[in-house]
Amino acid sequence: MDLMMYLKVFLMGGALCAIGQLLIDYTKLTPARILVSYVVTGVILGGLGIYGPLTEFAGAGATVPLTGFGWLLSKGVKEAVAEKGAMGILTGGLSATAGGIAAAIVFGFLTALLFKPRDKG
Amino acid sequence: MTPKEYESLNKQVSPNTKSWRTVPLAWLFGGIICCIGQGLGDLYRYLGLEEETSCACISVSLIFLAALLTGLGKYDNLAKYGGAGCLVPITGFSNAVASPALEFKSEGFILGLGAKMFVIAGPVIVYGTLASVVYGFIIWIFHLY
Repeated sequence: MDLMMYLKVFLMGGALCAIGQLLIDYTKLTPARILVSYVVTGVILGGLGIYGPLTEFAGAGATVPLTGFGWLLSKGVKEAVAEKGAMGILTGGLSATAGGIAAAIVFGFLTALLFKPRDKG
Repeated sequence: MTPKEYESLNKQVSPNTKSWRTVPLAWLFGGIICCIGQGLGDLYRYLGLEEETSCACISVSLIFLAALLTGLGKYDNLAKYGGAGCLVPITGFSNAVASPALEFKSEGFILGLGAKMFVIAGPVIVYGTLASVVYGFIIWIFHLY
């Protein structure tokens, strides 16, 4: 275990969340819009070759926030286009992120099945 | 009352967002969630998983934990303090799927649970996929891969 790495993870992951909090506090962006902007930003930064080095620098601090999901989309597309040509444009993104999406669907479904909804308050 | 007067009055009455409190809390919660992810990754690599597989396992584990906490009604409590720190990590995505799925189960399995689970995750997947296709098209046209 490398403590220096954990410090980088904490600083990077925390900073990405702090930016999100500033957006909530000072703009009228709803959480849904923030999540969408994070994913699209991740795709753009991934495409520009900026986000890849960040994931090497800060590990889970860069891959766990939703920008990392966007980066994974762009990475998948790039690899698929290199491998399969034009069809990779369509298949690359969702193939790379299929595990996360399917996990969210499966565990979300099981949660709804096994638990009782409770009053918010 | 002019709109400007109304605006200044509104500002006086509505509580100030306490960013000196919310931003460090978001940083703390988000940082801790990412460190848990890093810890899981170290564990999976120690158990012999390859880099890419362990990265996917981190996501799946965090998604599982967040869905479980959502079912137990604990994730909302965390999010009350953590704010964006609980929204921006992949756990927030999982919560955004599990929470409406649970809440709208009473409206049926198809148009309740099945449809409402994508109320937030849907747009994320739609615009993420669109952005990735645009990017894929660009690198394919200009041979940038």
